[in-house]
Amino acid sequence: MFRQASRLLARTTASRRSRAFSSDVPATPAQDSNFIESWTKVIPNIDPPKTPSSFMAPRPATPSSIPTKLTVNFVLPYASELSGKEVDMVIVPATTGQMGVLPGHVPTIAELKPGILSVHEGNDVTKYFLSSGFALIHANSVADIIAVEAVPVDHLDPALVQKGLADFTQKLNSATTDLDKAEAQIGIDVHSAMNSAITG
Amino acid sequence: MAMAALRREGSRFAPLLSPRPITAVRSSPLAPSHEDEGPIGVRYISTQVVRNRMKSVKNIQKITKAMKMVAASKLRAIQTKTENSRGLWQPFTALLGDLPSADVKKNVVISKGLHKLNSGPEKETKYVILGEKAKAQLIRDSKKDIELIMTELQKNPLNYTQVSVLADEILKNVEYDALRIVFNKFQSVVSFVPTVSTVLSPEIVEREAESGGKLGDLDSYEVEGGETKGEILQNLAEFQFSCVMFNALLENACSEQGARMSAMDSSSRNAGDMLDRLTLTYNRTRQASITTELIEIISGASALEG
Repeated sequence: MFRQASRLLARTTASRRSRAFSSDVPATPAQDSNFIESWTKVIPNIDPPKTPSSFMAPRPATPSSIPTKLTVNFVLPYASELSGKEVDMVIVPATTGQMGVLPGHVPTIAELKPGILSVHEGNDVTKYFLSSGFALIHANSVADIIAVEAVPVDHLDPALVQKGLADFTQKLNSATTDLDKAEAQIGIDVHSAMNSAITG
Repeated sequence: MAMAALRREGSRFAPLLSPRPITAVRSSPLAPSHEDEGPIGVRYISTQVVRNRMKSVKNIQKITKAMKMVAASKLRAIQTKTENSRGLWQPFTALLGDLPSADVKKNVVISKGLHKLNSGPEKETKYVILGEKAKAQLIRDSKKDIELIMTELQKNPLNYTQVSVLADEILKNVEYDALRIVFNKFQSVVSFVPTVSTVLSPEIVEREAESGGKLGDLDSYEVEGGETKGEILQNLAEFQFSCVMFNALLENACSEQGARMSAMDSSSRNAGDMLDRLTLTYNRTRQASITTELIEIISGASALEG
């Protein structure tokens, strides 16, 4: 474990050092020097293009002891719901079931199914219904949750959910091709998850 | 700077600087049709040409101002979307790192044009082109390297569903080791930075993870759900691709509207300058014609008196 920690520490300090330079000269991150070199060999007159890492704030290094709070970044395509928020715990709806994430969690990549994400901060719990996505938990107690759609649970309308469930069940029964069946099944999954979100 | 101002002033007065006496007005370097000869030799100077030019320049100015307003409003609408979507690709870069120099056999470059990436001899590069402008540029020299061309993307406002369908199409039709998305990142209305985003295929991710280096700690991540790690990585790569693509398209659209706005702005300003110069010329021509008439009348009257 300590070997991993020191390896991670080395990686993040190296990248942090290079990112400090990347604001002065566009071409410097140590890891991308191959790219810069091959670019200048082929096209010396034009500046090399930037890469996404030069636009990102550096991630904190892995601390040696378990931190008290978990930093959560919850992003959607059209908004960043939470960015850098310090919380006590999040519960994510992984495909294998509800997974609780506390500070110091093992680094994990989890695929998410439609369900409820709950964010626990002290005594408040905020619940969002997610359509699906990925949860990435890093060793430095930063959790990234990327979802395609998310709504707070109180925005769900029970009547529409019931109607949707009925519609998709009917579609499944009358589906002929595999594609239709798969689509109807997905609809049923999402709606029954929404149902349990509202009731449970 | 004073010399330049003097030169500019000189060019304004040049048409009428030399011709001080009346006779020389006839040979003024202004457009020849400024002077018309009547049947008895009466001379009058017409301002018609200058007036026509002024009207057309004014119309152009109005059009470019309108286009600037349109671009500005489109930019405003799309800029908020872009800033909100900026958080989308950051988790992926944090996890998988950023490897523009990954050594791969098959590169697929997706771009809206204006960039050409060359690579070494054993690597083959295919292009997926989005948009008409890129098509015109790249089709000339790299025709055999083009895999897919997609046009008419700006008809409906961009949203994630559309982009995911697009990403799906690309992933279905193109086999790749690394996807490089080239776009202009929007920093401000006048500054856009060309950026290259790399999405690696799962096999390459495995390879890089095993060889250590940036992705070395990917193995330390436990994978939840699904049957195999490979399947999850595949889904992750596809999801990463659609997210990065979404952000890239938005940034590109922003940069395009910003460029359009500044181009229209400078064009209306140029039209305004031109209009000022033409107005001065018009006034001078008008005054000269009035002076000519007056002098002719007075000399005619004094000739009659004796």
